[in-house]
Amino acid sequence: MKEKRKPVGAWYRLMSIGMGLLSLVYLYPLFMVLINSVKKKIYISRMPFALPAENTFAGMVNYQTGIQRTDFLMAMLWSVVITLLSVGAILLFTSMCAWYLHRVRNRATRLLYRLFVLSMVVPFQMVMFTLSKIANVLGLNTPVGIVPVYLGFGSGLAVFLFFGYMKSCPIAMEESAMIDGAKPLRVFFSVVLPILQPCFVSVGILQAMWIWNDYLLPYLVLDLKRYKTIPIAVQYLKGGYGSVDMGAMMAMLVLAILPIVLVYLFCQKYIVSGVMAGAVKG
Amino acid sequence: MERFIGKYWPVFVLPTLVAFAVGFLAPFLMGLYLSFCDFTTLSDAVFTGFDNYLRAFSDASGAFLRSLGYTALFAVISTLLINVFGLGVALLLSRPLPGRDAYRTVLFLPNLIGGIVLGWLWQVIFNGLLAPYGLTVVTNEWYGFWGLVLIMLWQQAGYMMIIYISGLTTIPAELNEAAGIDGASPWQTFWHVTLPMLRPSVTICTFLTLTGGFKLFDQNLALTGGMPSGRSELLALNIYNTFYGRSGWEGAGQAKAVVFCAIVVGIALLQLRLTQQGEVEA
Repeated sequence: MKEKRKPVGAWYRLMSIGMGLLSLVYLYPLFMVLINSVKKKIYISRMPFALPAENTFAGMVNYQTGIQRTDFLMAMLWSVVITLLSVGAILLFTSMCAWYLHRVRNRATRLLYRLFVLSMVVPFQMVMFTLSKIANVLGLNTPVGIVPVYLGFGSGLAVFLFFGYMKSCPIAMEESAMIDGAKPLRVFFSVVLPILQPCFVSVGILQAMWIWNDYLLPYLVLDLKRYKTIPIAVQYLKGGYGSVDMGAMMAMLVLAILPIVLVYLFCQKYIVSGVMAGAVKG
Repeated sequence: MERFIGKYWPVFVLPTLVAFAVGFLAPFLMGLYLSFCDFTTLSDAVFTGFDNYLRAFSDASGAFLRSLGYTALFAVISTLLINVFGLGVALLLSRPLPGRDAYRTVLFLPNLIGGIVLGWLWQVIFNGLLAPYGLTVVTNEWYGFWGLVLIMLWQQAGYMMIIYISGLTTIPAELNEAAGIDGASPWQTFWHVTLPMLRPSVTICTFLTLTGGFKLFDQNLALTGGMPSGRSELLALNIYNTFYGRSGWEGAGQAKAVVFCAIVVGIALLQLRLTQQGEVEA
């Protein structure tokens, strides 16, 4: 037995070294952005792989230009506001909706569920033009106004995942609470909600990843003179004439990536298991 | 239970339903109708039958059809590469390699970064690699094509890896052991035991990557913006430019969007059908 284990251990160690090298390749692009963000802009497209040297080092200039030109710090704030409010609204309202659709089966609820599933597959370009016009007419072009738009467009996936999760939840506890005289809202919040907790994490993470990184929907819906999100601010650096300040661009990419990496490092367990749970149900 | 909560639909369903109507149903139905109209905004639509569809397909020497082919090729190639690579890494990282949790963490990370950010980041890398040969990523559409394939491989493989790993953990270890005792080689075990057992994961992953490939927009916009002269436009960007790049072409843009939508929904239905057939056989 001992003899058999040794070669396997060596094999695993070798594979581990291979994966280590692959991980370095994976991380290299992030490292490259970081070094270029402190280089003078003319050296970026010419030699992006060189480390900053004395004559190419630009200090924090790129960061200053980028932040000024795109109002990046405000964009970060709006991204946080929009993501938090939208994910909160989606979690609360779609879980309630999914529970109703799950417990009350009739022609209307079945049709609505099918429409939710359909909306998951429909590409955004199908509704892009009409949705942005409707949102404009209804005055939804603010960071608060965009929340119902996200609730509407994101409800398909959320209802689908909650509904799928509820199939494995026992009805007995809900019934006994009901017999004890609890009203439906009470039953939902004190019995169903706690059971749904793992599903809340996975729906919340999937929706947050989507909304935080979303470009086209907020670009078409928001009043861009007053509000930008991070992806909009990044793309805004391109301007109308095609020439891009690559120095400012690299610096803004670093600022865009940094919060994601930090959140990921702290909530990694939740994010990975959330994605797993979401995918298995899908 | 049904009668007990039935009349509470205004509380449970209405908020989501209203948002869903505004954010999806109304724009979807209006979009469908407008594809048969001549219009520049929502209120000036005149019914013109199939005119828009004819214009969409005869658009500037078949740009739409070419974009369709380009997109289909991209979706198929990226789906294959992402899934082969994702599954390969999953097979390695589901074994007790030293440091495997760290490797999983690294490989999943790019998936959290948004498409606009990734497009600009990789543009610098590709241009840096091509610069010594006097080329850029927009020299012709195939540099942009393989660039996008690489970006998506780097971004999506970790996501698929997570789904495959969670699929692999559901396969009972006795099954692999039994195959080993029966004298099956590791390759045979993979092909005849592991892969059939992984079928649900394969279905989810190919579905996600294939529809994701068809719907791709942000990375395309940031990496090449469709250059040179629209030849590297994937469908979503082609539709966007038809809407917002040329006045008077809104109707044709909407018609293209309906065709695009039909293709993606068609793929989803086909995949669902195949899955159900597979489950009956199994």
